[in-house]
Amino acid sequence: MEERSASRDLVSIPALLERNVRKFGTSAAYREKEFGIWQSWNWIEVAEEVRALALGLLALGARKGDFVALIGRNRPAFYMSMVAAQSIGAIPVPLYQDAVAEEMAYVLGHCGARFVIAEDQEQVDKVLEIHDRTPEVEHVIYLDPRGMRNYDHSHLHAFDDVQAEGRAAHERFETEFETRRSAITEDDICVMLYTSGTTGKPKGVVLSNRNIIESARASCEFDRLTDKEDVLAYLPMAWVGDFIFSIGQAYWAGFCVNCPESSDTMMNDLREIGPTYYFAPPRVFETQLTNVIIRMNDAGPMKRRLFDHFMAHARKVGPAILDKKPVGLWDRLKYRLGDLLIYGPLKNVLGFSRVRVGYTAGEAIGPEIFEFYRSLGINLKQLYGQTEATVFITIQPDGEVRADTVGVPAPGVEVKIGDNGEIYYRSPGVFVEYYKNPESTASTKDAEGWVATGDAGFFDEESGHLRIIDRAKDVGKMADGRLFAPKYIENKLKFYPNILEAVVFGDGREMCTAFINIDLTAVGNWAERNNIAYSSYQELAGHPQVYAMIQAHVEEVNRAVASDAMLSGCQVHRFLILHKELDADDGELTRTRKVRRRLVEDKYADLITALYDGSAEVRTETEVTYEDGRKGTISATLEIRDARVCETTNDKAAA
Amino acid sequence: MKDHGDTGHAAEDKRRIGGVLMALENITLRFGGVTAISNISFDIREGEIRAIIGPNGAGKTSMLNVINGFYHPQEGKITFRGRARAAMKPHEAATQGISRTFQNVALFAGMTTLDNIMAGRALKMHRNFFWQMLRFGPALEEEIEHRRKVEEIIDFLEIEHIRRTPVGRLPYGLQKRVELGRALAAEPSLLLLDEPMAGMNVEEKEDMSRFILDVNDQLGTTIALIEHDMGVVMDLADRVVVLDYGRKIADGPPQEVQANQDVIDAYLGVPH
Repeated sequence: MEERSASRDLVSIPALLERNVRKFGTSAAYREKEFGIWQSWNWIEVAEEVRALALGLLALGARKGDFVALIGRNRPAFYMSMVAAQSIGAIPVPLYQDAVAEEMAYVLGHCGARFVIAEDQEQVDKVLEIHDRTPEVEHVIYLDPRGMRNYDHSHLHAFDDVQAEGRAAHERFETEFETRRSAITEDDICVMLYTSGTTGKPKGVVLSNRNIIESARASCEFDRLTDKEDVLAYLPMAWVGDFIFSIGQAYWAGFCVNCPESSDTMMNDLREIGPTYYFAPPRVFETQLTNVIIRMNDAGPMKRRLFDHFMAHARKVGPAILDKKPVGLWDRLKYRLGDLLIYGPLKNVLGFSRVRVGYTAGEAIGPEIFEFYRSLGINLKQLYGQTEATVFITIQPDGEVRADTVGVPAPGVEVKIGDNGEIYYRSPGVFVEYYKNPESTASTKDAEGWVATGDAGFFDEESGHLRIIDRAKDVGKMADGRLFAPKYIENKLKFYPNILEAVVFGDGREMCTAFINIDLTAVGNWAERNNIAYSSYQELAGHPQVYAMIQAHVEEVNRAVASDAMLSGCQVHRFLILHKELDADDGELTRTRKVRRRLVEDKYADLITALYDGSAEVRTETEVTYEDGRKGTISATLEIRDARVCETTNDKAAA
Repeated sequence: MKDHGDTGHAAEDKRRIGGVLMALENITLRFGGVTAISNISFDIREGEIRAIIGPNGAGKTSMLNVINGFYHPQEGKITFRGRARAAMKPHEAATQGISRTFQNVALFAGMTTLDNIMAGRALKMHRNFFWQMLRFGPALEEEIEHRRKVEEIIDFLEIEHIRRTPVGRLPYGLQKRVELGRALAAEPSLLLLDEPMAGMNVEEKEDMSRFILDVNDQLGTTIALIEHDMGVVMDLADRVVVLDYGRKIADGPPQEVQANQDVIDAYLGVPH
């Protein structure tokens, strides 16, 4: 009863922080590896740090409703900064740290942030570079003082100085701080997150305290998350998932958020922490699996045989054991032995020894990859979500996990399928609005609160789980009226470790064609083992044997697609291997690494023409952007290959 | 980014660069009948980045070897921190606060990054061998202290991810960075860098330049460097001394040296 009345007061993150100080006090809230050692902050210390910064921000003149932009990698100081901003009625806006100055100028200008908290010199430089276009930025606060000594400090402050200022001025601002903190209601804005946007300019998604708290509460209960969990915070802070996992759920359940030493040490830190609750996009799981396979290929024959033998057994019974289904005694014993010899050590190397709940989302995951982790006994599940929903739309309950669906509606979420196959949802997590963009808000969210996801899908009849086909606007019709779902085919192609990215065309055309990006790690390793010399990505991509390998993959996909009554028209007739990797710096991918289809179509129009006019090769020149923003061009002659397609029932009927 | 750095640079110059740290007067070095260095004088001021440039065989590395006591010049006087220096051995130079990196990376290939940098602290260890073998009490305390220092360097050079990697397995650019780390571990007051950018690609050069500037700026270390990449020298150095066939042909700020006719002739050759 007391818990219930208390929970009515828990309307904001700062309120949750107060409760956690009382409830969990000296247990760890954050850890960060620095100077080779895991440094930690307990809840009492966190509250003190947050308070000092909040007072410091007040001393700098932060007003209620100000936007505070944050740019940097996952660090406790940033998470505490967000809570500090919230405590005084300001709104945190985390940005993608790898965004170029141009993108940053748009976002800072759009929200009119008065404060920017940046990680280091690199980020401060970016902010200063665009300062003439973002005159609203008044104060820039930096975490790492390195290289900053000779800068003009009239509007530039070291993080520690701001906190010291806050501590010194606590007499003056104490009352103001308390008043503002206690005035926060559940309808106030908790955070604003810019969606990377597969089309057009990023949109600022406004999420209220109610959105965050309700979503965190429901999802914590769904997976029974407690204060004993450990998570590793390594995904971009600008992404809603990180906000929910590392702030929403962490503050609701009171668990510890661990920050890696640097992005390069992530895998090592993962192993050291051994998270119990883990989230990664399919790409991370894919990379890890690719690494395991590469290393096993290099291992001795004895080890390899042992690995192959027990992995085959794991694939047979592992998922069933995980789902607590009946499995024979002999198989159980053998699995136990495998765990001792192979699965256990492997999980340890991957950093998954303690994972109790793991999620993947954002894109479809290859069934083999998914099964691999599950067969090891890692409870990996899928969820389907969006920034606009505060992550959760559908989610897979324990014991009902499948590779090709995304689960049942999350607690408190209603889902319906529109006439055109588009998925709609309504939930307490539904966003307030797009900031300064009422048109987009109106076209996405209707009067009754239903939000259009932009994805097409359907509920699987036997399991009741949602299955996603593609982006609704990408689902089209081919010239003869058959359904065209490029993403579906692309995902099937991408499940091959050798294929990093694929873009399928065919809307309004007679047949489907594809661009392929090879995975340099996997194909490079294969080339090494087969004594194929190459000096660049471009050369490897154009190698005839690589072409033959990719062709085999494409034809295999064609065979699989042919058996699907709805999508049999989407077989890939012709393809080419691109001479460069699609890159976010060139605008071809979003920062979350999704293909910007329209842009790719325009940029490589000459290649698409060649795919359809029957030519055997095409010469092209492409502009590329280097990491420091300079531009260059690369030119190449690309081969175009025909892939065998299978006859389908429709074709037979037509004939 | 360059603008902010540079404007600050010029304005702060007076404060940053102090008096003469090391003065070399009329140095002549001969190997048998070959005169490698003849009658060269120049000085290195506290807090500056001093570049030594010149065509191949100009005597640059010999000069560096004279500075850190590896070669003993037949003639001339070296004053370090106001005291005339007798002939000394390299390890004595090291105890006086001079460390260096080499033209060809000279690391312990089988040891990790961490251990290589730790080796750079050898001179700072005070407990004797037996204490260290026991790894107990004061020796342990000392080791922890050194380890903290090494971790600071690792953080400074952003090489956390290769902490436990044997340096032999690292790419060349990173090995150079580890070598810099080892030189820094001795907390030198004068750091000698022999072609820190040799064999690097553009990105690695940019990184290394950044680190050299940061070492100079954040740690206040005086740096003397030999470098062939003129762009790098012009960007980094406060003053440049130019050698050719063992003689000094120019000495001064980069822009001045760049415009010097003798220097242009030395690099491009003169018609005979």
